[in-house]
Amino acid sequence: MSWFTETFTSSIGRKLLMSLTGIFLIMFLVIHLLGNLAVFKEDGGEAFNAYSAFMSTNVLIKSVSYVLYLSILAHSVIAAWLWISNKKARPAGYAVSNANENSTWASRSMMLLGSLVLIFIVIHLKDFWWQFKMGGTTDFEIDTLGNKNLYALVAAQFKSSATLVIYLIGLIALAIHLWHGFQSAFQTLGIEHERYTPAIRFLGKLYAVFIPAGFAAMPVYIFFFK
Amino acid sequence: MEKGRSYTLKVWRQKNAASRGEFKTYQVNDVSSGSSFLEMLDILNEELTKKGEDPIHFDHDCREGICGTCSLFINGRPHGPEEEITVCQLHMRTFQDGQTITIEPWRARAFPVIKDLVVDRSAFDRIIQAGGFISVNTGAAPDANAIPIARENAEVAMDAAACIGCGACVAACKNASAMLFVAAKISQLAMLPQGKVERKRRAQKMVEQMDKEGFGSCTNTYACSAECPKGIEFTHIARLNREYLTSKFTS
Ligand code: FES
Repeated sequence: MSWFTETFTSSIGRKLLMSLTGIFLIMFLVIHLLGNLAVFKEDGGEAFNAYSAFMSTNVLIKSVSYVLYLSILAHSVIAAWLWISNKKARPAGYAVSNANENSTWASRSMMLLGSLVLIFIVIHLKDFWWQFKMGGTTDFEIDTLGNKNLYALVAAQFKSSATLVIYLIGLIALAIHLWHGFQSAFQTLGIEHERYTPAIRFLGKLYAVFIPAGFAAMPVYIFFFK
Repeated sequence: MEKGRSYTLKVWRQKNAASRGEFKTYQVNDVSSGSSFLEMLDILNEELTKKGEDPIHFDHDCREGICGTCSLFINGRPHGPEEEITVCQLHMRTFQDGQTITIEPWRARAFPVIKDLVVDRSAFDRIIQAGGFISVNTGAAPDANAIPIARENAEVAMDAAACIGCGACVAACKNASAMLFVAAKISQLAMLPQGKVERKRRAQKMVEQMDKEGFGSCTNTYACSAECPKGIEFTHIARLNREYLTSKFTS
């Protein structure tokens, strides 16, 4: 086996890829949240539409977006691969297991939580990204600044209670996934230090609560106050 | 005199590696609260032997928590409900009179059941072997303190060296991963000047063997550390990741 396949098919190598893609996705979420805060601006969506137009035309952002698609894909595929090998490592289970005594539910349920998040991402992309990218200009009204009025689509979508529920479930799953995942990514990278690890863990918990909460605020705001 | 306690035991019985195995229920009576878990099994086995039945097979040797031979999964946890002890150090006073206790073998593809509660842990030996030798100068014993080692490093190495290789980490892990075991063995040498020459090779070979044996990968649930009778910390796993990855990317 070549150095490359040997390294990245080993258990630690695969975990390295999970960690790196995970950290990239963690950084993406911050940018995604900050940009989307434009939704809260009371200007009929002009700021939000201008932001969306910028994000879909800027060359640098476009190329980073391909890294993003690839990261989501790699994170999911390698997770499934690891999950299968991990299941195979214990073909016969225990009759009595008292796992709550030694580990958190979140840490043991990353596959379940991740799958929920993935389903949510597919729904989310179908709701907005697909329409925005694939829908021709004729499908969109154009706002006063001449941009596709994505805001109108978002506002309409979030008025549905089914959408609200789906988004809340997706974001709660994301929060629990990150509750474990954030610090886990650093542990896998081997970043462990008496002084910094407590800070990383604390930051991870803050992140896991506030980032998903920030996203959840958008559908909630539009559903109840618009 | 204190009245002896009674317990209902649900024990995994399996004739040999090839047979299917099943739980059997036994009643043990007149057990002193001061007796150890293994003594309680001895009492039961004596009765079984007298009745002409096959006694329950389980691993044990030192019975004082130093050899790492005993290995029972008791009521859903390796080495039972107490922290930082092995089964042989577990006392029956931990359990209430009349309680039902389920006893299972370690479960992992890499640890096949040989008979009843005895599993084959030679996969661990093969991982150690894969690590290979370390170069040391032969001849007269070197002077003490001839090789300076920082106290903090010596402490970490000693903590890692406390691993008795019992396999509770594998038994506890939802992925049956051996990462804590391998991490302890890697840490023990990585912190010391001895064995520096073979450092990279060692990390690569031991991880390779670990994967080959069919252990799972690490999800960082830290169940291993929580159940380790020697309290080996999962920070060693971070060190193993570091050792393995740096060795891969620099060799
Ligand atoms: S029998 Fe030696 S550690 Fe339990």
